[in-house]
Order: sequence, then structure tokens, then C-alpha cells
Amino acid sequence: MRVLMFGWEFPPHIAGGLGTACEGIVKGLAHNGVETLFVMPHASGDEDQSATTILNASDVAVQNVSSTVEEFINKVKFMYVDSNIVPYVDPDEYFDAIEKMRREGLTQTSVGFGQKFNFSGKYGANLMEEVSRYAQVGGTIAMQHVDEFDLIHAHDWLTYLAGIAAKELTGKPLVVHVHATSYDRGDEKHMDTRVLDIEKRGMLAADRVVTVSDLTRNIVINKYGIDPAKVVTVHNAVDFSGRENIEVERGVKDKVVTFLGRITFQKGPEYFIDAAAKVLKRTKNVRFVMAGSGDMMNRAIQQVARLGIADRFHFTGFLRGAEVQKMFALSDVYIMPSVSEPFGISPLEAMRTGVPSIISHQSGAAEVLKYALKVDFWDVDALADDIYALVSYPALTAFASQQGFDEVNDLKWNGATAKLKKVYESLL
Amino acid sequence: MNKSVCLYFQVHQPTRLRTYRFFDIGKDSHYYDDFANRTILKRIAKNCYLPMNELLLAAIKASKGKLRLAFSISGSALEQFDRYAPEVIESFKALAATGKVEFLCETYYHSLASLASPSEFQHQVNKHKAAIEKYFGVTPVTFRNTELIYSDAIARQVYDLGFKTILTEGARHIMGWQSANYVYSAASKSAVRLLLRNYGLADDIAFRFSDKAWNEWPLTAEKFAQWLVDAEGEIVNLFMDYETFGEHQTADSGIFEFMKTLPAAVLAKDMDFVTPSQAVRKIKPVAELEVPDPISWADEERDLSAWLGNELQQEAFNKLYRLSEKLALVGDSDLWADFGHLQESDHLYYMCTKFFSDGEIHKRFSPYATPYEAFINYMNVLSDFIIRVNYAEQQN
Repeated sequence: MRVLMFGWEFPPHIAGGLGTACEGIVKGLAHNGVETLFVMPHASGDEDQSATTILNASDVAVQNVSSTVEEFINKVKFMYVDSNIVPYVDPDEYFDAIEKMRREGLTQTSVGFGQKFNFSGKYGANLMEEVSRYAQVGGTIAMQHVDEFDLIHAHDWLTYLAGIAAKELTGKPLVVHVHATSYDRGDEKHMDTRVLDIEKRGMLAADRVVTVSDLTRNIVINKYGIDPAKVVTVHNAVDFSGRENIEVERGVKDKVVTFLGRITFQKGPEYFIDAAAKVLKRTKNVRFVMAGSGDMMNRAIQQVARLGIADRFHFTGFLRGAEVQKMFALSDVYIMPSVSEPFGISPLEAMRTGVPSIISHQSGAAEVLKYALKVDFWDVDALADDIYALVSYPALTAFASQQGFDEVNDLKWNGATAKLKKVYESLL
Repeated sequence: MNKSVCLYFQVHQPTRLRTYRFFDIGKDSHYYDDFANRTILKRIAKNCYLPMNELLLAAIKASKGKLRLAFSISGSALEQFDRYAPEVIESFKALAATGKVEFLCETYYHSLASLASPSEFQHQVNKHKAAIEKYFGVTPVTFRNTELIYSDAIARQVYDLGFKTILTEGARHIMGWQSANYVYSAASKSAVRLLLRNYGLADDIAFRFSDKAWNEWPLTAEKFAQWLVDAEGEIVNLFMDYETFGEHQTADSGIFEFMKTLPAAVLAKDMDFVTPSQAVRKIKPVAELEVPDPISWADEERDLSAWLGNELQQEAFNKLYRLSEKLALVGDSDLWADFGHLQESDHLYYMCTKFFSDGEIHKRFSPYATPYEAFINYMNVLSDFIIRVNYAEQQN
């Protein structure tokens, strides 16, 4: 079985969790005997291709694209997208990436597109242009490789248009994989209807919709009105192979309680801060760290200052690669108080480092992690209680740490992709 | 009685902090960006301190001693001169040797200690006084608080420390119909004389000099001297940052030529130059000035909002000064030095979020991209410092 897969990023050059998940999926599929042809907008050449063949969409000249694709593309009108719209992608990172591509002249291929864009100079506008161009190139690639795959698999809304184009041109079945939805990115009033439209279009065009959790599956069914019969949950896993726990020297004697992720509405940073203030009223030997950046960061800093806990509550800014591992290694408790989290891979990373985690019931990860402590995101008192317990009762900490470590080591992509393979088989 | 002109220039350089990450807390207690501090100091020495000192020395000689002026040099600046540009100290010494230059006293670390802790304030004032005596061989008798911050309560504290003259801002909301061009006395301590900055005329030089959109551009010494003549009152106090000359107003704006010709232009119009201590001997106070809430020379508001206006600044300020009592029990000179440098008002200034009016000026002087970054970095440093203070306290 061979799959044409559309992704947006792939390690080592990733801005968020999507690329990591894609790598786990193609490796797991390879283990299960499924070949993949992985397409991404801009490959750098240093991606690990042992489990898949990576096609760089930036290398493909768009010629003789069928009118179907052009017509299809022309229906998509985007002018401008607000920040905070990109799943898994840190806005700053994305902007940097786009700027780099622009300097290298790679966006040249977007001319002759039959559609005019207002270049605002902001990444949002560029992003929408990229998404549309990717669809056009995706269609071309599908035609060029039409004999080399049995079905199409597209990851998240950024690639749905490419998936639809490929399906329309080749007539092969389409699977869309929902890693996040617009409903996870903000409240309904502030949603970008154009993104919403792409998401819905992708789900409707798809023969199967794969969701990363039952939480997301419910959103797909209830909010997007998709037929439950074609929506399947395949929980995320995590690949820890080749990972060694790094040794770090601790500078502070206090227990360290960490939040790591984008500081956005979706992640519930304010609940973490309120809980920190409550814990600090009862015990002093604890520090709180908010690692990451995002559009709620300045508000978070003000909240910390207002509560008068800034000498015990630290911000690190955006962390990269090894710094993330270092941060986990320095932590005693990990918190993910997300308001809405399709899955949430970070507590798995924490638990793999032996750090007990407290996560919200409103996360997909809560469906698979038995040994994480769970609270409702809005229940600050419960969160504070759990933090206090984990920093104060060593027996609990040791238990959660050991059981959690064993648990996440069993969550392998081989199992998850075996389920994915069954989804493929049902379409052939 | 002929009208007097009182020139006073503020010399200060902050001890900028390095990028200090959460990961450094408890491990690395060097807080300062030595490279940036050295680079910036050397640049300003070359553009401003050295050429301007030379110009003033020549002007004092050319005027046969009739040009007089005052400096206040913060302890933080003196330390940086010592370390990176000792020739600047030598050139100030040469000015001191003319006997026509008065050196004022302030808080050693250019801090807000006057608002936080009477004992810390006293400590820093005495430390600065000692430094001026050591470097320039004179004992300061006039006081100017950080950023000309002043209130009735501060006047009492300053008087208790032995000073009878204080420089502050002629803030409009304090002066009302009264003119800043007279000598006043403090309402809370009538023996204290107040000299008030004429912000209009001072800012004509400090801010507007090179502004080509200004309808008075270009400003000549002749024209400016006539404005001084036309100003009502007995004294015009031109207080400004020394970095105005060659740094804020660059050499190509003609600022040096202006200052070179200003003394003769002023003297030709039958006015004289006085230092602050001469001013209060020569001119009697006309009224008492009541200042219940602190004023300063900063921004439109002329209050404390540039340093303590938002909750970030208040949090940093409160967490820092909460350490005073613990530190008093610890006799560690390294800790005291860091405590001093962390008190520099500049660190709080960088956290100012008044972005839309005076924010431009704040941004120009800040090493940080945003006030939030300034806060995070400062609190990380302070967190390490608190660990050291607590440790030292336990050792005692």
C-alpha cells in the first residue's frame, strides 16, 4: 500500500507538533508495511528519509495545471488572516520561515496564479497565499506521481486544499487528518471563517476523517456536521527512540512547576497563574515557570505582577530543541491546563522525563493517560490542590513519576498507525 | 539686580543587565552586560563627555571665569568611567580645578531610594558625597534627586542629611500662575531653597535644537540669549542631561558651536552665570512651594509614572526594596553593590508601558524590545539576587 501524504513541516525544521506527529506517522506506517510519499511546501534536504520519500513542493514548477484545479483555486478568496490562526505554528517562527523563503525567492512560483493578493507584509496574508499555492503544486505532484500511490492523506487545514486537488485530479480516496480545529484556536466570535471554510470543505471532500482524540471527533461531528460514520479517532503517540534523558544542574533548590507551550487562550495560561498564586500562599518552596511565547504573554506577565508573585514566577520566552528538554529536566511538576486541546503531546514528553503531569479534562491526552492527574481547566482550586500535593507528598510524586514513565513508553506510533492502516484498507 | 543663568548638567549611565535567563537563576550571579556598557560608554565619551568638557574648559577660560556651571555625576557613571574611560574623570577634574564648577550630590546609584527607604536613601546620599569628595576634592552642598524627583517629604529628608538647596522641576501643576524663574523655599522646611528647572527654555536646547520642523530652527546663541533676557524673573535654570551635547543632539546639528558662543552672548546682555549654591546666596526666596505628591522632570506628567506607573514596575520595585531589611543584617559588600545597581531607576524606566506619547523617548533609551522583556529579565536577575540574600542571611 502506498500513500501520497501532504504535510506542512517535517523534522528537523519544525515550528510545532505537527511535523513531529507526521514523522511518527510515516515511520509507524513504514513499520506496518505502508509506503508514503511525503509532500511538504519547503523541504530543506536534511529531513530523515529512511521511512518515506520527501517531495519538496518548492521544486515543482507549475505547468499545464488542469482547469479543474485553477477553477477550484479561484473559488478560494483570501486576503488577510489574523495571527493565532496557524495550528502548532508559533507566529514568530512562521514569520521567520516565510521571510527566509521570501529572501530565497521561493515565492516566485506563486505568480501566474490567476488571483491577486494584497501583500500586507504580515505573515497571515503570506500564509494564505502559501496554502493556495500548495494546493496548486499538490495537484501537479499528484498527476506526476499518479501511478505511485493508492490513496491521499492530508494533515490539517493547511494541506486540505492540496488533498482535495489531488483527489479531484486522480479520483483516489482522500483521508484528512484533524490535528486541531478552529474551535481549539479561539472562541467562535473571533474565528476566521475562511479557515473554517477550508476545514469543512476538506472534511466533506474526505472519504475518511481521522481525529487525534474523541474530543476532536466530537467537534468534527457536532460543529462541522460531518457524518459520524466516516470519522475515526486515532490517538497520537510519541517516538522516544534515540532520546537520552539529559543531565542538568539545577540552580534553584525549590520545586519547579512548569507550563510549556504557546501562551494563547487555548492553552489556559491564566488558570496556571491563578493556581500558582494559590499554591504560593501555602508554601514558599516552589517556583513556577511559563515557557513559551504567544499573544497572551503580555497579559500573563501583567497578571503575575498584579498578583505580586513575580519573584517566584518566571518567564523563559520561546524555547528551542535542547532547551525544551532542559526545561523538562529541571521540572518537578508539569501542567497543561488547556481550555481546548485536540491532543497535547507535551505532557507525554514531561512524563517520559519522569515529571508527573497535571492536565485538563479538556485535552485529548486525558483520554489516553491514566497516570496523569486530571482537573477541569477552570477549576483553579483543584489545580492548586494537585500542584500542592505533588510538591509536598513524595510518595505521590514517586508513584506518578514511575507509572507515568512506563505508561508513555507504551504509547507507540506502531500501534497508532496499525489503526490508521485499517482506515486505509477500508477505502480500497 | 541683573538676571542669572544657572546651568546644570546631569551625567549618568545605567549599568545595563545582560540577558539573564531562568536557567541562570541560582547558577550565575554576574548580572551585567559588560560589553554593551563598555561600548556605549566609550561611544558617549567620544561623542559627548570628552569634547564637551574640553569646550566648557576653554569657555570658562575665555570668559575669564565668568562662565559657571554645575554637574551631577551618578556613582554608577563614575564607576563606568573608572573602568572603561578614566580620561573622562581626568577631564572632569580639570573642570573642577577651575573652581567655577559645582558638583552636586544625588543618590549614588541614581535610584528611587527616596521613595522607598529612608535608611537606604541616606546610605546612598552619603556614599555619593564621599565619591565626589574622593574624585574632585570638593564637598557637595547642593542636592538633586534622581530625575529631579521632589516632594515635601523628600525636602525634610534631604535637609536632615545636611543640604539646604535642592534642584527640581518647575512642573506646571505645582507652579500654577507662579514662575519657575525665582528662588523658592520648601513648605515643609523653610530653610531649604528650591531651584526650579525652566523646562521650556531647557527643552529648546535639549529636545528642539535640531528639529527642523520647529519654527525657531535654527536656534542661535544670540536668539537664545535674547529669550533669556525676555524671560520674567530673577534666574533661569537650564537643567538638562549632559548627553544632550553630541549624543541626543549630534555634532552635525551645530550644538557644539551653539554652546561655544552662548556664554559670551549671555554675558554681553548683562546677565551672569551662577552655580546653584551661588544662586541661593545671591537671590532671596519669593515664596514657599508646597509639593505634597512627588514630581519629577520626566514626560508630560512630570510625576513618577515613568518608573512606577504600571503594575510591572510596582512589583519589581516592591520586591527589590523588601530586601532592605534583610540586607541590613548582612555585611557582604558584593551583595550591597548588586543591590545598588539593581536600584538604578533605569531598570524600571525600561518597563514603562506609556507607549503612545512619551513612549518614543522611553524606547529610544531602552536596550529591550518591549517593557515586558525588561520586566522578565529584571525579575530573573532579582530572583537570583534574592536567593543570595537569603543564603547570606542563613549563614549569619
